[in-house]
Amino acid sequence: MTTVVSLVVVALLLWLALWTVVARDAFLAVAGFVVYGLLLALVWVRLAGIDVALTEAAIGGGLTGALLLGAVGRLRGTEAATWAERSGPGMRAFAALLSLAVSAVLALCVLLLPEPAPTLAPLVVPNLPATGVANPITGVLLAFRALDTLLEAIVLVIALIGVWSLAPDRFWGGRPGPRYSADPNGILAYLARVLPPMGIVIGIYLFWAGADHPGGKFQSATILAAMWMLVQMAGLADAPRIDNRWVRVGIVAGPLLFIAIGALGLPTAGAFLGYPPEWAKPMILAIEVALLPTLVLVLALLLNGAPARDDAAQARSNPR
Amino acid sequence: MSVETLFALAACALVGIGLYGLIVQPHPLRKLVAFNIMGSGVFVLFGALAKRGAAAGLAADPVPQALLITAIVVAFAATAVTVALLLRLIEVADSASLAEEPPARERT
Repeated sequence: MTTVVSLVVVALLLWLALWTVVARDAFLAVAGFVVYGLLLALVWVRLAGIDVALTEAAIGGGLTGALLLGAVGRLRGTEAATWAERSGPGMRAFAALLSLAVSAVLALCVLLLPEPAPTLAPLVVPNLPATGVANPITGVLLAFRALDTLLEAIVLVIALIGVWSLAPDRFWGGRPGPRYSADPNGILAYLARVLPPMGIVIGIYLFWAGADHPGGKFQSATILAAMWMLVQMAGLADAPRIDNRWVRVGIVAGPLLFIAIGALGLPTAGAFLGYPPEWAKPMILAIEVALLPTLVLVLALLLNGAPARDDAAQARSNPR
Repeated sequence: MSVETLFALAACALVGIGLYGLIVQPHPLRKLVAFNIMGSGVFVLFGALAKRGAAAGLAADPVPQALLITAIVVAFAATAVTVALLLRLIEVADSASLAEEPPARERT
């Protein structure tokens, strides 16, 4: 029975991927990709990765889908022109052969994997009680492989700087994206008033539950960022100016506190990012609490994109 | 065939499908979607390896799974930077063409 379910999921996944890649229309391709992301979350459930499934559904399907859908809308006019540049039949045949060869080599590697499979689980389980958290994924993310998580937070901040730096000079410091307006009595504005309180509770629950159950700051931050985007898209609030001091402080506060707590590990536990045993849980919690607002801000602002309007500069150039 | 082998083989196919789209599709946004499919194939392969590592009472090896969460978030950040680059390209060049000689067009 479970094999049948897996086979159906695999068949759907491959069909959707193929359809997304060959679809004529970019909008259809992106819509297919969103469904693909949700289907991928099912794959993670079958592969016993509930935490990964939550992240995939929230970020892989949700945020990436929203980002690509927004881009499709603004790229509409350029699609027909590039279609003329599509590869000829010879190139397509070559690409198909190359892709088949890559897949075949990978599949061969999969079939020749060593038995028994190498695993770090026997090292994680006996050491997990020392961290004070019961969810092994959270333990790995914030204790055993904390350096990865720190670098990831820094990568996110660098990505945001990269997106911002693509703004035209005249808009630097302004607000990103278009100013959304929606019917104040419409369904979108209604949902943007009703959903955020629930979304915030669910987000904070996922964050808190992440210590002992599937969940954690990434999944939680995505839901909170989505709620913020919903309020923006309904026209109830505007995106922040990127030269807003508090926005910038919020963005760097998480990684800086992470580094500070990591440095605290040098004298107390003898290693960068080490935790003295009796302080492990409070220190992990402090890092999580500090990272959450940073992640919410960075994820939402990455979705907002580069600054594209500057009310203050417009007011300066037209004083009357 | 076990679940993890089935999904690992599907992941190999996903990498191939994504690579094909990356080469064949002319529009940069379509290349980006194809690249994301290729990346997800790598993630699923890694996840299947994590499932193979089930031991010590855990259903899967938590270390690769934690790295996967990191990978998904970083992939989103990279996609966001690419989309911003793409929108800027169109603003500046008025075309999404990646050809070496962009189509002749009157610049104002």
